[in-house]
Amino acid sequence: MAREKSSKDNAQALFHSLRSAYAATPVNLKIIDLYVGFAVFTALIQVVYMASVGSFPFNSFLSGVLSCVGTAVLAVCLRIQVNKENKEFKDLPPERAFADFVLCNLVLHLVIMNFLG
Amino acid sequence: MDALRLIQYSSRNQCVLSVVLHILELCARPLDIPKTAKTSPQKGRISLTFTEMARSLAGFLVLVLVASICEGSSLFQPISDSHRSAALELFTLDHGSFESLEETYEALRTFQILGMEKKPDVTAAACRFISETVGSSSSTPKDLFYALKANSIAECKIHEKASKGIISSLNAAVRGASSLLDFYYSVGGLVLIKDQSTKADIHLADAEGVFRSVKALSQSDGRWRYSSNNPESSAFAAGIALETLAGIVSLASSELDQSLISTLKNDISKLFDSIEKYDDGTLYFNDKLVDGHEYQGPLSTTSSVLRGLTAFAAVTTGNLNLPGDKILGLAKFFLGIGVPGDAKDFFYQIDALACLESNRVSIPLILSLPSTVLSLTKKDSLKVRVTTVFGSNAPPLAVKLVGAFSSGSKDASLVASQELKFDQVSGLHILNDFSKSIDVGSYTFVFEVVLQEPEDEKVYVTGSQTKVPIFVTGHIKIENSEIVILDSDLGSIESQKKLDLAGKNAASLSANHLQKLRLSFQLTTPRGHAFKPHQAFLKLRHESEVEHIFVVENSGKQFELVLNFLGLVEKFFYLSGKYDMELTVGDAIMENSLLVAIGHIELDLPEAPEKAPRPPPQPVDPYSRYGPKAEITHIFRAPEKRPPQELSLAFLGLTILPLLGFLIGLLRLGVNMRNFPAKPVPATFGVLFHVGIGAVLLLYVFFWLKLDLFQTLKTLGFLGVFLVFVGHGVLSHLAAASAKLKSA
Repeated sequence: MAREKSSKDNAQALFHSLRSAYAATPVNLKIIDLYVGFAVFTALIQVVYMASVGSFPFNSFLSGVLSCVGTAVLAVCLRIQVNKENKEFKDLPPERAFADFVLCNLVLHLVIMNFLG
Repeated sequence: MDALRLIQYSSRNQCVLSVVLHILELCARPLDIPKTAKTSPQKGRISLTFTEMARSLAGFLVLVLVASICEGSSLFQPISDSHRSAALELFTLDHGSFESLEETYEALRTFQILGMEKKPDVTAAACRFISETVGSSSSTPKDLFYALKANSIAECKIHEKASKGIISSLNAAVRGASSLLDFYYSVGGLVLIKDQSTKADIHLADAEGVFRSVKALSQSDGRWRYSSNNPESSAFAAGIALETLAGIVSLASSELDQSLISTLKNDISKLFDSIEKYDDGTLYFNDKLVDGHEYQGPLSTTSSVLRGLTAFAAVTTGNLNLPGDKILGLAKFFLGIGVPGDAKDFFYQIDALACLESNRVSIPLILSLPSTVLSLTKKDSLKVRVTTVFGSNAPPLAVKLVGAFSSGSKDASLVASQELKFDQVSGLHILNDFSKSIDVGSYTFVFEVVLQEPEDEKVYVTGSQTKVPIFVTGHIKIENSEIVILDSDLGSIESQKKLDLAGKNAASLSANHLQKLRLSFQLTTPRGHAFKPHQAFLKLRHESEVEHIFVVENSGKQFELVLNFLGLVEKFFYLSGKYDMELTVGDAIMENSLLVAIGHIELDLPEAPEKAPRPPPQPVDPYSRYGPKAEITHIFRAPEKRPPQELSLAFLGLTILPLLGFLIGLLRLGVNMRNFPAKPVPATFGVLFHVGIGAVLLLYVFFWLKLDLFQTLKTLGFLGVFLVFVGHGVLSHLAAASAKLKSA
């Protein structure tokens, strides 16, 4: 019983420390995180829909889910490149990374629109 | 022209048919089931014993001998009414007149020879054509020749002035002639107009000179060339030349040099040396096929030679020394054609036969029989007729039956040499009671014709011996016919039924696979000899239409068939049930051939084992096999079940929710536009950048709605370039600003 209480306390303490650490991240990174969350959520809702009604226009389902997942992945890439604490991309200007992000998104969505049917 | 050969060969088809039937009979032997139980019950294989094979080989050798006897036995019929009706059909007017004078002449001549009433419109059309040609001054000698030829039959009037004109133009043509055909038409025309006009003193100016010029075109082998330039010679040209020379002789004012005439007789004998022969004794002339246009077939060539020969014989004295057999062979050639299907061939045939009917060389006499099938039951008598080629009466003569030989053997003649009695009324030579020693069968009768007046031998030619195939038919006695079911092992009779094969039968038998069926009967000819028909079959037909045929073997007069069901179980496909029995006994010379249903037999066969062969599928009615099949209704793929529209719309709303969540989150984070460039140039770039992205997204929406990929890509190309420009502008400005900030 003491051990349970301590584990619950440990979990709470962990959660709080995570929250405070996260609050320290820069705002632009938080925007990107929010975007990724939004994309993943949309994908989840589409999967739930397909699970309930069947996958009849399978290509449409795939393109919808892939659009969300693809844009999430690109956003994650952008976050990696923009993050100042990441030494690997020190010399890459963030505007350049953003331009890449926009371009890749546009290409991804062209393909998605073609596959949507 | 090869069709003619086929028609000629059809006259010997009786002989060929009998030969073919014998071959078929010998080939039918492998179908026989051996009487003894040589077949093993399990396999049921049929094997030919060595003796049977030797027998069939011997039979085949006899066939070869028979074929040699068959040579020369053929029958030629003189011209009859079937020719007259065919002539009416062939020589028809085309739009009221014939195509040319040549055809007009051919039609008139054919009708004249056959003794048919000339149709009045034919004569009228001919007269129109003739007067047109005769009156015109531009008519060639060929036209005048045919016009005058037609006129000799149609007998239209020609004006004096016109005939004077014709004579002068033809004389000019003779003087200016160089080729054989020029001479032919001009000389022939003069001969004709001499007969037709009132003036009787038409003569050839230099007859001997013209004669020599025509003779100069001859060759050493008896043929003639058409002109001195053309090296090709033909027998057809020889016939034309002989006619021309005969015309010259008749038009000559004084006697021609006899040496010329005798050299011509030599040429004729040489020409006859080149005569060709068919197997059935007919003779004909033929030219080599050199040029398709110039080629005249054997019919026209032989006809031309005959015409020339008889014309020449008519104007010269003395004998031509041609063997009569050759004339007879030529007559048989023309008669063997039958009724030609072409007007020109018809004319050649009839014209040549008219030359043979009355000529100064020799007149052939044809032996023919009104019927070559004699019935013993009707007590037919043998009737023979001897006539000229057109069926006119022959001089007094006697017909002798020299011998009668059975077709299948080389034995001595079955009858003694005897003379046939001549019946004045019918014109037939009849033999009444030859049939005492002749049984049913096929024979070759040999006749000989003997002229009674010795002077006639110089005028007529009859040929030596004529072989004629004769069929003697009769009623075959069928006796002692019975069908018996025997026990296989003991041979004891279980059931026996007598059959009356002449009347109705309805025997009803039953047997199982351990028993045997025996069918037996006796066949006897009217004279009491044994008889083997071409067909003696027993057919067993099951209810399911599966049939089995068995050949009934014979030994002497007794015919017997034994079916051992034990060995036949597999052949019958193990089908038990009711089988209909049908007996066929037939032959060409059997007047009472029969195909009778004998009755039924209930066969009880054991069950079929697993691997037994199935009965063959019965032939399907061809109309049902190739007829329309059942209609197929296509079942389209059922459309997928779609969810209800409300559910879909609800989820659409749900999808918008994360977007709203994102926007709310952005607000909570406190996003702002402070980094937006203030200066006008980068500001516009920035604005344009966002507008460009918006435009691309709008384009994607349109792409999904109505555009196709190519249009989208085209627009995207332009927008992309624009976007790169403005994007670069604003982003580079921002980068420069942040770098300045960092360094500062």
